[in-house]
Parts: sequence; C-alpha cells; structure tokens
Amino acid sequence: MTGAERIRRFDWLSEYLARLEDEHVIAQHGDALALPPAHRLELDPEDWAPAAKVAAGMGLRHAGLWADCLDDAASTEEGPCIRVQACLEYGGDYLVLQTEVPMSRPLLASQATSYPGVARLERHAHDLTGLELTGQPDGRRWTRHQAWPEDRFPLRSDFPRAGETPGRTPADADYAFTRVQGTGVYEIPVGPVHAGIIEPGHFRFHAMGEDVLQLEERLGYVHKGIEKLAVGRDPAALARLAGRLSGDSSVAHAWAACQAMERATDCIVPPRALALRGLMAERERIANHLGDIGAICNDVGFAFAQVQCARLRELWQRRSLALFGHRLMMDAVVPGGVACDLTDKAIEELQRDHAQMKVAIEPVFDVVEDHPSLDDRLMSTGVLSEADARQLGCTGYVGKASGQGFDLRRDTPYAPYDAVAMDAPLMTEGDVAARVTVRMAEVRNSLRWMDRLLKVLPGGALAVDLPPAEEGAMGLGAIDGWRGEILCFVRFGADGRIARYFPRDPSWFTWPALERLILGNIVPDFPVCNKSVNGSYSGEDL
Amino acid sequence: MFRILKQSLKTGVITETPPDLADAELERIGVELRRTIEARLGRSLAIRQVDAGSCNACELEIHALNNAYYDVERFGVRFVASPRHADALLVTGPVSRHMEMALRRTWRATPAPKFVIAAGSCACTGGEFGVSYASCGAVENVIPVDVKIPGCPPSPLDLLKGLLGALRV
Ligand code: SF4
Repeated sequence: MTGAERIRRFDWLSEYLARLEDEHVIAQHGDALALPPAHRLELDPEDWAPAAKVAAGMGLRHAGLWADCLDDAASTEEGPCIRVQACLEYGGDYLVLQTEVPMSRPLLASQATSYPGVARLERHAHDLTGLELTGQPDGRRWTRHQAWPEDRFPLRSDFPRAGETPGRTPADADYAFTRVQGTGVYEIPVGPVHAGIIEPGHFRFHAMGEDVLQLEERLGYVHKGIEKLAVGRDPAALARLAGRLSGDSSVAHAWAACQAMERATDCIVPPRALALRGLMAERERIANHLGDIGAICNDVGFAFAQVQCARLRELWQRRSLALFGHRLMMDAVVPGGVACDLTDKAIEELQRDHAQMKVAIEPVFDVVEDHPSLDDRLMSTGVLSEADARQLGCTGYVGKASGQGFDLRRDTPYAPYDAVAMDAPLMTEGDVAARVTVRMAEVRNSLRWMDRLLKVLPGGALAVDLPPAEEGAMGLGAIDGWRGEILCFVRFGADGRIARYFPRDPSWFTWPALERLILGNIVPDFPVCNKSVNGSYSGEDL
Repeated sequence: MFRILKQSLKTGVITETPPDLADAELERIGVELRRTIEARLGRSLAIRQVDAGSCNACELEIHALNNAYYDVERFGVRFVASPRHADALLVTGPVSRHMEMALRRTWRATPAPKFVIAAGSCACTGGEFGVSYASCGAVENVIPVDVKIPGCPPSPLDLLKGLLGALRV
C-alpha cells in the first residue's frame, strides 16, 4: 500500500479528533510511529471514558484494552505508574489510546459503559495490575480466583513469579453469581470439569422448564500466569510461549507475537517466511474449521459429518507433520521468520493435497449445507443479533455470521495477504447454521488462496536475526487467526528481554456473545451453541 | 440419505487399511492394548479426561484418538463423562492453581483401583509453564501419577502407547 493511500485511509481520524475537542478532550500527543500501523493518542486520565464514548458514537470498534505496570527501577520520572492502552478500529485502521495513572492512586474511569465487550478485559487488568476502574458496570473479580490475595497484583514487579502463598489453593467458592428468582426458576451449575474432552470453565444456567433465562460464564480456571511468565524472556522463548497460549491457534498467536516483536525492532522479515506463515495460518484455520463443523453436527446427533470431517482433519494434520514438522505446526513461526521450508517436491505434494481436499470436502459440505434434520436443529438456533455482535466487537466467524464483515486479511492486509488477496464471507442470520456456513466458506476460500499463494511463492531466506531491541520499544501485532482478530502487545525491557506481553484472543468478545445468543434457547441446545462459537478458555484465561 | 450412503460407502472402512507404517504400528499397539485390558480389567478401560490447565492442544490430540483412523474404542478404551465411571484419569496441562482443587476432587471421586495418566510435557514436568504463582506444575505435584506420556502435545500414537504402558504398571 502506498503512503498516500495510508493517509487517506485514516480520514476518519480528524473527525474523531474534532469530536473529542467538542467534548473538551485534548489529545496530549499523537504519533504514527510508536505502534505502527496504529496511530497513538495520549490522553489525560480524566478523558479516558469520554474518548471511548465519542468513539462508540462514531461506530468505532473496541478491539481491547490492557494495562502495563511501569514500576521497576527504571520507570518514568514521575514515579511508578500504570500505563493503559486501548485499541480501536475503524475501516481497517487502528488507533491506540494511551494514558497513565500513578501507581499510588491507580484510578481510571471504565470504558465498558460505552463498550460492554471490554468489561472482562478491564476486570482482568484490575486483577493482574491493580488498576481501579471506576464506574465499571461489574465490579467483581474475573481472572483471580484464590491463587493470590485481593490486594496483591501479579504483574507488578514486587510480586514474585513463584507467588507468595504456598500450599493448597482452595476452590473458588464465594463468587457472587447473578441470581434469577421466581416460581419455577432453577439453577444448573456446570463445570469446571466438563463431561467431554474439553477445557475447564464454569457455566451457571438459570432456566425455566427447558428455556434458558440466563447464562453466566465463570472462566479463569486455566490461568497459568502467561503474562508474568513472559517477563524476562528472550524473543525466541516468547514465541514458544505464544505458540502455547491456545494450542489450536498456535501458528496465529506465535505469528502475532513475532509480528509485534518485529515491528518493535523494525525487523524486515523475508517474503518467503511471511508467505509460509500465511500458508500455515490457513492450514490451521482449515484444520480447526473441519474439526468444529464435524463436532457441531455431532452435537445434534449427526455423526456422519463428524466422522467424515475428523477423517479429513487427521489427513491434514499428518501432512502438516510431514511438511512442517509438527501436527499443529507448533514452533514453526520464530522471531524474524520461520523454522521450516518447503522443497519443490513438497510444494507439488501440497498442491495435490489441496486439490484432493477441494474434492473431498464437497460431498460432505453438500450434506451439511442442505439436510432437513440438520436444518431443523441448526437454523434459528443460538441467534446472535447484528446489534449484539457489533456492540461486543465480535470478529471471525461469529462476527461474520452476524453481519460484522471485518477480516484483517482483507481490511488491513499484511504480508502475504497484501499481495494475494483474501475474500471473506458475510451473513446476517447469526444462527448456528450461519456460523457453520461461514466456516465452510472460509475453508473453501483458504484452499483457493493457498493455491494462488503457492503459484507465486517467493524464494529467498527463511529467517533473519531479530535486530536488538531498544529498551522501551513497543510493538503491536494484529493477525487474523481462525477465531478472528488476534491482537498482541509487546514492550521490551533491558537487554532485549520482554517486559510486557499481552495477547488478546478473539474469545474475549465471543464468550460474552455466547451468554447472549443462548437466551431463549433450550438447555439441551447449549452444547451445539457453545461449539458453534468455540471460545478458547486457555487463550482468555492466560 | 443417498448422498450420505454414497459418501460413506465411497470412504469405506479406513480404520483397517494401514496406508503407511504408522498405522501398522497402531494396529499392533492396539491389539496388544486390547489383550492387556482384557487381562487386567476384564473388558474395557473407562477414561475420564481432565484438562487441569492445558493449552488445549493436548485435548485436540486426545480427540483424534476417536477418529476413524485410530478408533480407540475398538480396543476397549472409552472416554466417560463422570469420574465415578472411570478406571483411569487422563490429565493434561500443568495443574493451574485455579484447577488444583477441582482435580483433587475429581481424583477422589474416581473409584479405586484407579490409574492416573499424565499426558503431555506440561502434565509430566510442568512443561513451558512450570511452577509459578498460577501453576502447580506437573500433575504429580497434586495427585499420584502412574504413567507419563511426554510430548507437546503427544501424538495420538504416543497416547496409545502410553495407555498400554498404563495398564502394565
Ligand atoms: S504439553 Fe504442550 S500441547 Fe500439551 S498442554 Fe502443554 S503446551 Fe499444550
């Protein structure tokens, strides 16, 4: 993209700034260099909530928020503080709002009143850093259960990585779930250990008869302290950790982390490496969509699709092992490039594979697309309205099935999607069937795209050394994973080591969507609704 | 209906067609597993899988055990919904401290004699996450473990081999 086009793309920014001024909000400082490709605006803390309100009024999407404790020896002159950043998106352009509050009085008004989708991100920021969000609609803790006390914050530098409370961690028994009361209303607690082979989390249903009146999710069970573990790592070790944030999105998260580090260090990644990353990301998407399409059908008792899709997925994973060294392509994305290559023979093999897959999916998708008993169960089940999807900021297949067309690969194309364009499906029905249809369309699109990419696969190096990072250098990664937009913030500390890593999985916004789309459905339809969204527990619990 | 029959017939029974070496090995391990299960447990091995903090990739590979290629049920291995129905717990992930109590309770709910199989590098050693304010590390730091299946994640074949090992302990 040329410079002129880039400037034109940000044409809404002046409008936003003008509207901010109407609200007496003055951006202290704006720049396009600190976190490219995003613009950054520094705000006073008291302008934090009004800036969100203006943004919501203009229809900007809130793409997430995180807090960064600047409290080590080398912190700012004004003393230790918490820096908070919020990422907004419009028309494919990113804007990062930034403010700082003193550690001694870390008060900041909540943006969740304008953007309900960020409520849990704010609660997470509070539990990990001690940022106090005033006016937060939901003041309860989120990520913290009982592993550390209320007044201690793991991401502060005085908190030891090993923790301060040895011994057994008690169960989290006193979380205040919202109650629904009335004659005939009953509660169903589910989890954290679920009946299937899935991740742990707790669901609290309130139902009347079979109808769900309310669903409340309680996650955080697989909180592994990933943000704390990242501190002090070198870039290669961070990529390894990022690849294990949510194993089903290993390529996408590792890529997002590497992209953030590469942007922070102005690293020029070789085109061949970028193309191979794209190829692996699409392979990851296809594997997950195949697995999920089968599992969704299985949840309504249609085993045929499950058996067929699982078969195709297995073949696909075996090919990943043979050509990329790992069934899930873990550790194939490394800072500065990739750790694997494709020989000419492998490329031919892949092309053959893609051709076979294109043929193999059709009879299966044909049945899934049009089968009376499937239609009966999947259509009009679990409807997420366009308004809800927009308000929560859903991306990926959840957004695309509910009228939110945003796709990073098309709307903010990064290499290799800038050279080989990617198409994205869009539907408005918002039901389970629409999410399945979007996923099938994405499988077909990705297969076509990979073939086009292979035809123009650049030669050259596979990786370069990551240039040394300056202390304080920041980078923002944005990658379209199979679940949707992944954001990743990285700040370097001394000696080129990581001081802050925050990965924002798309699940942060689709988990709340599940709470909405299940309303009015029957309890037995919960598994299929849940699977059609398939939020990552590990990716959100961190 | 005809479309479904056509596709199913066209696909055929892929389970018994060993297309490469790996599948031949799978068959051998499977048959051996079946014999051991019969000798040890009578007929079947009921497994309750518990994710105690995994990144979810271990779960993906455990799922794969049920696909038509591995079809683990034919060897008498079944995944059950309740620990009370289980002979063995298959635990993945480092044990997050938020899952510590849930794992202990699941273990207590499993009737003796019971096996615990730690699947994946995290479950075996703590893996990439180790011990921290949020993680207890290896499963054996929380409940007794009989067998460890390393790998990040272990492949379905590794898992099958590990199950076989579990029955021999
Ligand atoms: S062993 Fe690897 S795949 Fe399994 S939970 Fe740990 S990081 Fe994930």
